Amino acid sequence: MNDEDNNEKESGSGISRRDFLKVSGISLSVPLVVGHRVITVAGADVKIYGPGKAPITLEINGKRFPAEVEPRDTLLDTMRNRLDITGAKRVCDRGTCGACTVIMDGRPVYSCSVLAIEAQGKPISTVEGLAQNDTLHPIQQAFIDNDGQQCGFCTPGFVVACKAFLDKNPNPTPEEVKKGLGGNLCRCGTYVGVRAAVLQAAKAHGAVKGGGQHG
Amino acid sequence: MAEYKWPDADKRTWIGKRVSRIDGPDKVSGRAKYTYDLNRPGMLFGIFVRCPYAHAKVVSIDTSAAEKMTGVKAIKVIQGPGSEIQWAGDEVVALAAVDEATAAAAVQAVKVEYEKLPHLVVDTDPVGAGPRGKSTAQESEGDPDKAFRESAAVVEGDYGVPVITHCCLEAHGQISEWTDKEHLLVHPSTQNVSGIATQMGTPLGMPPGNIKVHMDHVGGGFGSKFGPDRWGIVTAQLSQLAGGKPVKIMLERASELEVAGCRPSTYARVKVGARQDGTIVAWESKSWGTGGVQPSGSPPLPYIFKIPNYRKQYTSIENNIGPQRAWRAPNHPQAAAITMTALDDLAAALAMDPLDFFLKNIEMTGALAPVFTEELHKAAELIDWKKNWHQRGDTTPGPIKRGLGLSIHTWGGRGHNGNCDLTIHPDGSVEVKTGSQDLGTGTRTAIRIVAADAFAIPLEGVTVKLGDNEYPPDGGSGGSTTIGGVSAFTRRAALDALDELYAKVAPALDAKPEELEAWAGAIRVKNAPDRKIAWKDACAKLGVTPITTRGKNPGPGNLTNSGVGGVQMADASVDIETGVVKMNRIVAVQDCGLVINTKLAESQCYGSLIMGVSYALYEEKIMDQATGRMLNPNMEFYKLAGIGDIGEFVVHMMGGKGYDERGVVGLGEPPVVSPGAAISNAVANAIGVRVPYLPLTPDRVLEALAKKGGNNARI
Repeated sequence: MNDEDNNEKESGSGISRRDFLKVSGISLSVPLVVGHRVITVAGADVKIYGPGKAPITLEINGKRFPAEVEPRDTLLDTMRNRLDITGAKRVCDRGTCGACTVIMDGRPVYSCSVLAIEAQGKPISTVEGLAQNDTLHPIQQAFIDNDGQQCGFCTPGFVVACKAFLDKNPNPTPEEVKKGLGGNLCRCGTYVGVRAAVLQAAKAHGAVKGGGQHG
Repeated sequence: MAEYKWPDADKRTWIGKRVSRIDGPDKVSGRAKYTYDLNRPGMLFGIFVRCPYAHAKVVSIDTSAAEKMTGVKAIKVIQGPGSEIQWAGDEVVALAAVDEATAAAAVQAVKVEYEKLPHLVVDTDPVGAGPRGKSTAQESEGDPDKAFRESAAVVEGDYGVPVITHCCLEAHGQISEWTDKEHLLVHPSTQNVSGIATQMGTPLGMPPGNIKVHMDHVGGGFGSKFGPDRWGIVTAQLSQLAGGKPVKIMLERASELEVAGCRPSTYARVKVGARQDGTIVAWESKSWGTGGVQPSGSPPLPYIFKIPNYRKQYTSIENNIGPQRAWRAPNHPQAAAITMTALDDLAAALAMDPLDFFLKNIEMTGALAPVFTEELHKAAELIDWKKNWHQRGDTTPGPIKRGLGLSIHTWGGRGHNGNCDLTIHPDGSVEVKTGSQDLGTGTRTAIRIVAADAFAIPLEGVTVKLGDNEYPPDGGSGGSTTIGGVSAFTRRAALDALDELYAKVAPALDAKPEELEAWAGAIRVKNAPDRKIAWKDACAKLGVTPITTRGKNPGPGNLTNSGVGGVQMADASVDIETGVVKMNRIVAVQDCGLVINTKLAESQCYGSLIMGVSYALYEEKIMDQATGRMLNPNMEFYKLAGIGDIGEFVVHMMGGKGYDERGVVGLGEPPVVSPGAAISNAVANAIGVRVPYLPLTPDRVLEALAKKGGNNARI
């Protein structure tokens, strides 16, 4: 069943705070899982979810995953607790450490600070999606070659952040690496390996690009 | 019978090479599963109601509302009415629910009434601590008063390190489930796989043999994860209440920082004196610190240097913060941050270069004096000390001042007791099983290297299985004891297995078993290397019965040892207008006996230096006496160094003759000892005054500059 079929359309010139509370109040007594409602606010359609669970679909690493989430569920918790996609880690859970980094719509985001309902319709790449079949992505290989990992708990977030960083800065200076990857924290102390890994991966990336120009 | 020793340098296939970690591909791809990542079938989420007060008595608990909530499956009172709570965040009630949101809502529904009691959470004032400060007896040797009187220079100052927290990125926690009424399956996050069942069996009143423990990866421990902890036991109890369903508790970040990590603080008032020629003659220290409500022990003061005349005394402040846990090299970083800084101040008072001053007194370091001497020279060369060092206070114009500082450290690191089973299969594959754990130090990789080296076969020929208590037990990974333990027992098992293999192969080579050796993928006759049989063909002689040998540590032969030395030199810049310290470089020269894997040994040093920069410049568990709470139980205000904060590092591993023959010695602790002292000394050299306490935050730097050294002025 298409999610849209479930949506109850409301229209009007706007919504007052009282109306909003009324909508929320009604939702509390409706079945546990309901689709979103659409209301029009200042001429624009706004989707209203919850407070109960709503069915959504996430597109992760090229596959579509249906899930039932509450509006307050983060993308991180939805992936980890409902979809068993656990590469992104929960560490600080408030957008400081970067262990939960994924790429959404081409940009690196802290998935602990993105709501699952916000992530609908936006392609998401996690660390699990980087390798092609059994071949590791050059960034992953560079992390191994330069030992940019110890306990490995920050590693998936770091690898994804590096991927996003290199996509934007294919040929970074060491100074740019220090700034560009400042959003990921490691406790074991793997930054020396990570720096070297980024530069190695950049070089590999450059080589591929160079080859492409000649070919 | 095998001779149990390490191979000479020309007979090593893998030992000492640069080998990437075995589990690297799993870790970079997200395939590595940590306890935090496991979603067991029907799993419930456990959580605690925690006491908001640092010191309180539980008066009443009402769980009735929570019990009625849909989705709440088990509730257990941990500390009932009458219990005295000794730190904020301590666990009072545990519950498990179908999801985290329900569990969190249920916590809100539990009503606990407390009677608040007076608390103490600060630790900088031993006198103000009153009866909570427990002083040890004064200890002395020689005649310190006379030695001070006869000293050409005496300095007195304050030094110290606050409580810091482990901040493991994978929080503490565990999943437990009853597979039947008598058997428990647990997935802990631990440094001690083989030790968990015993520690759970006693409180649960069940035989440890009925508890299966499994863990593939652990996201950091640093000394804080040796036991199942209260939460580990509680997961089993909640699971029982919920009919055996798996219950997972992973601490929330705030609790992780508040209750699951505490490196004891140490502060000291130190007086130290030397003769005009730089010979240190006298030491006096009054030190104090806290490790929470349990007594804390004094760090070894003075550190490393046996000063002939000393007097010292320590006060343990028993206060209401989360309880102490071992933190990499327990007590050594504190001891170094107090001793090496006071000695650096003494050198400055004599206008001596601290490198010359340390070398002048190096005999006071005892048996490691030759190691320290060699390392000091090596480090000085790598950082170009003689060119870059200047007298205290950088006189270059402008607000940025730059300086150099040094420190030395030591650690034991002998291999712990442990066992493995090593199997050579008839198809040539080799398996090593041990109830050990790989904390990210490279334990799996080290075992593979040692076994593959003994058989002179490719690394891929060895499979390592660990992280399960059905394998032969190994000790916990603490105190830098794992590498010595696993290397030694793997080597012994491999040599015994080779003996058995030689006996099977000898007739085919028309030789006696003792004439054979493994080299370059074959078993060959030592004196006639052309008479050989490829490894696979040799193993095929086993028919269908594999060889399995049990390796043990301790055991015959000197394969592991204790006692390493290390030297670090730091280069830092300080902006005297803002007080911000910026790292330029640290040089670390480190000994650990025979190096098994140079690549990962260097990683241990890099990691230690990074952790060192972090506690030297940023980390502090900030406690608020008014509320009794930790003010920074999160990762934006409990600051860890980031990739741009650390400067550059040069790591040099000592090795070869004079080092290799000592055998394998641990490396996890030693290099984390010196950074605090070395960086503090570099800052003092840059700005001309001592910043007494770590971390060297801008406010402390500016305060020290304003006071022109304040309490640490030369007498």
